[in-house]
Amino acid sequence: MNKDLSFHCLQNQMRQGDLSAQSVLQGCLDRIQAHNSSLNALIHLDAKDAMQQAVQIDQAIQRGDNLENKPLLGIPVAIKDNIAQLDQPMTCASKMLRQFISPYDATVTRALREAGAVLVGRANLDEFAMGSSTETSFHGVSRNPWDKDRIPGGSSGGSAAAVSAAFCLGALGSDTGGSIRQPASYCGCVGLKPSYGRVSRFGLTAFASSLDQIGPLTLKVEDAARMLGVIAGHDPKDSTSVKAPSEDYVSGLGQDIKGMKIGLPSEYFVEGLDPEVRRAIDVAIKTLENLGALICPISLPHTEFAIATYYVICTAEASANLARFDGIRYGHREEGKDPLELYNRTRGSGFGEEVKRRILLGTYVLSSGYYDAYYLRAQKVRTLIRQDFERAFEKVDLMLTPTVPSTAFELGEKASDPLQMYLTDIFTISANLVGNCGISIPCGFSENPRLPIGLQLMGRPFEEQKLLQVAYAYEQATQWKMEPPL
Amino acid sequence: MDYEAVIGLETHVQLKTLSKMWCGCANQYGAEPNTQVCPVCLGMPGVLPVPNEQALRLTALTGYLLHCELPRHVQFDRKNYFYPDVAKNYQLTQLAYPSTVNGHVDFEMQGESKRVRITRAHLEEDVGKSFHFDRQSGVDFNRGGVPLLEIVSEPDITSADMAHAYLNALKDILVYGKISDCDMEKGMVRCDVNVSVRPKGSQTLGAKVEIKNMNSFSGVRRALQYEIPRQLEAISRGESIVQETRRWDDVANMTESMRTKEDAHDYRYFPCPDLVPFEPSDNWFETVREGLVELPMDRKKRFMEQYQLPENDAEVFISDVPLGDYFEKVASHGGNPKALANWVINNLRAQLVEPEVSLDSLRFEPAALVELVELVDTGKISSKIAQSVFTDMFTSGKAPAAIVAEKGLVQVSDTGAIEQFCDQAIEANPGPAEDYRQGKDAALNFLKGQVMKLSRGKANPALVGKVLDQKLRP
Ligand SMILES: [Zn+2]
Repeated sequence: MNKDLSFHCLQNQMRQGDLSAQSVLQGCLDRIQAHNSSLNALIHLDAKDAMQQAVQIDQAIQRGDNLENKPLLGIPVAIKDNIAQLDQPMTCASKMLRQFISPYDATVTRALREAGAVLVGRANLDEFAMGSSTETSFHGVSRNPWDKDRIPGGSSGGSAAAVSAAFCLGALGSDTGGSIRQPASYCGCVGLKPSYGRVSRFGLTAFASSLDQIGPLTLKVEDAARMLGVIAGHDPKDSTSVKAPSEDYVSGLGQDIKGMKIGLPSEYFVEGLDPEVRRAIDVAIKTLENLGALICPISLPHTEFAIATYYVICTAEASANLARFDGIRYGHREEGKDPLELYNRTRGSGFGEEVKRRILLGTYVLSSGYYDAYYLRAQKVRTLIRQDFERAFEKVDLMLTPTVPSTAFELGEKASDPLQMYLTDIFTISANLVGNCGISIPCGFSENPRLPIGLQLMGRPFEEQKLLQVAYAYEQATQWKMEPPL
Repeated sequence: MDYEAVIGLETHVQLKTLSKMWCGCANQYGAEPNTQVCPVCLGMPGVLPVPNEQALRLTALTGYLLHCELPRHVQFDRKNYFYPDVAKNYQLTQLAYPSTVNGHVDFEMQGESKRVRITRAHLEEDVGKSFHFDRQSGVDFNRGGVPLLEIVSEPDITSADMAHAYLNALKDILVYGKISDCDMEKGMVRCDVNVSVRPKGSQTLGAKVEIKNMNSFSGVRRALQYEIPRQLEAISRGESIVQETRRWDDVANMTESMRTKEDAHDYRYFPCPDLVPFEPSDNWFETVREGLVELPMDRKKRFMEQYQLPENDAEVFISDVPLGDYFEKVASHGGNPKALANWVINNLRAQLVEPEVSLDSLRFEPAALVELVELVDTGKISSKIAQSVFTDMFTSGKAPAAIVAEKGLVQVSDTGAIEQFCDQAIEANPGPAEDYRQGKDAALNFLKGQVMKLSRGKANPALVGKVLDQKLRP
């Protein structure tokens, strides 16, 4: 695993005929074979189908087909198991969809295929993306490749673990409150949450529609930029996807970041922040300063209300989004003497505890008599939080924060305390409420145990280019060796 | 004490669009169950709704036709409730920001003009159709996601007959605007009724009873004819009316309680985060207005004023729009509108019952009818001859004057020739001739008929009568 696994390097070799897509895939399959049983990052693997895709790519290269427009040519990619892939399972890590096979491709899945990616398998997640550790998965928890007694984060924990262990070279995750960035931080990889509306949600099993966004997890910033270029853009099938054309996110990388203004929100650097994380972030700030960035303090005064606001809105939306899982048309069913009994039994046994907790909470906050006090109020606070960001972004180009207050925790450590679990998303949630873009990149390690620490950069809505440019500059300046001890 | 009924209607109408509200599936009645479905209208995980612009246009057009205000900010909400025919277990509808508000429908009832105010006409999606078999049930989702307009009236209706008249007027408007085919048998129109009773003159409303499950306009009328007396009788017995939902049983001809207020749903409405608010431009509204049509009431009034037609004729042209349009085309060439209307209604319409004949495939020009009427009016041909000329032009497409000339059908108005025919007829029928002389007026018609026969229909009938009269009663 010492080889350079960047898309750019692999593709050069493939195009020159020095490396086949099949051998790249075989490398991944070998690592999956060796370690997935202990990591449980991928919950479904169709090796035959993946190899078939790789064979076709090799044949196309040999034929001399025009492969200019294939930015992911031959790159093995895993897809989070809540994003539709034609004829493949989409369980959302729930008993409810244990047997469900998707009858269609998500828009992003189709985009990956057209870009030449090899779809290698389905990545584990918290049930219906509700969780921060993959511990709520019906398929069992995934393990952190850096320490198998620890969680990989969540909800896109399978995607992060798979990328970190090089089971694939890129993965799709979904981020509703930090579900891409937080596991990327815990597993030592790059995780990008695009601006809301940048990437089509068509085919993503909705958790909270106004917060969900699909994004890439990779080992390197450049690879994330390349994947974003493939999946971004307006989709007529998603009314909330913006009409702005997809940009070239790669060619701006390597540009000087001199004079770039980076804000440090004071509310994010408070007690409760792990000292080792704090130290790593401080060093990173120095690095960026040395690169010419201008660091300045900013304030996001409504930060303390973000978690409460988030859990009212996301549960409200989830309570309606998950209503369709009723045992009538597809999925898990337990019979009943009438529809009501069928619903109660099916949903009672099909959903796990955390999902039920959130459906109940969401149903409650939308109920007549409580709507104004909870849902409507949360929408108002959401506006205040958005205004905080708008004001701050008038002064700075980007914001810098830790991705998570600490490093990966141990299995079961927070499983019985939902509130502690929710607090791991404290730095990532606002980007979803506001709709701006954010990225987590490795910025060092804790000592004893040696675990990756992540740095979050947040950019203005639809300024992914700038975000990636700074992330890339930092990555090039530091060159952290992110190889888990497998 | 005198009581009055207070009735409001909620009418659901399927819009006449090519595809469904949120997906590309066909909006078409009658296909095999679950063949017009896709992941979107089946509520599969991961799918998203995309609004059908044609449905939004038809909704706005309805707003114009019902004299509504059309807000510039329209939004869809999720109405949450579990039922097997609701694929997502929520229905997308417009609660807080509907497409149209505050309108009215004008119509006539027993010669009186009536107005029912419209609270709102908003767009939502239809649900699937449940079927119950011996041991199990099934749902056909072909109907699921079809655009559905809900037209809510103010409680301005006071009787079962008025409810019926309102529904017919509403249906006429919607069919006129090509908004819906309103085919009751295909379930394109469904109706819920809210009814209460109160002492006449009282301003407060009584406890509201909602009645569901009527599948025809006459069903609505019968349900009200049952329900209003039921409430009145309950009051006269000293009982109070409870707010509840009742179900109409069309076979038993009665309503029965379904649920009371206590088990009312909490639909937990909230704005659908999958859809952005719809904020159309002035230009969009302009293009919608291009679809505006004349309303039935306006059309009737215009036909009576512009063409001086009697009410009956005007009503024919209201209920048969293409025939009325054709009449207008004919009348644009001049001539006597009343006579033209008679020809169109009595003669032309009779021919149109043949399946192979339609207004578009007529062989003669609209102006030919004007020509025909003129031939009659100027005494060139008798109205009887005109009938056969019409039959001829209908089959051959020739001009009426040409047919008359070709067949020598010009009416004989020459007194000499007519006197000759009259003498022949009197000679051949001495009995009736004597009868007329003796004062039996009816005998003249017989003799007139004989003269027409002798002239092969060409004699001017008025002249014939005059000549016979002079000869027999000098
Ligand atoms: Zn469909």
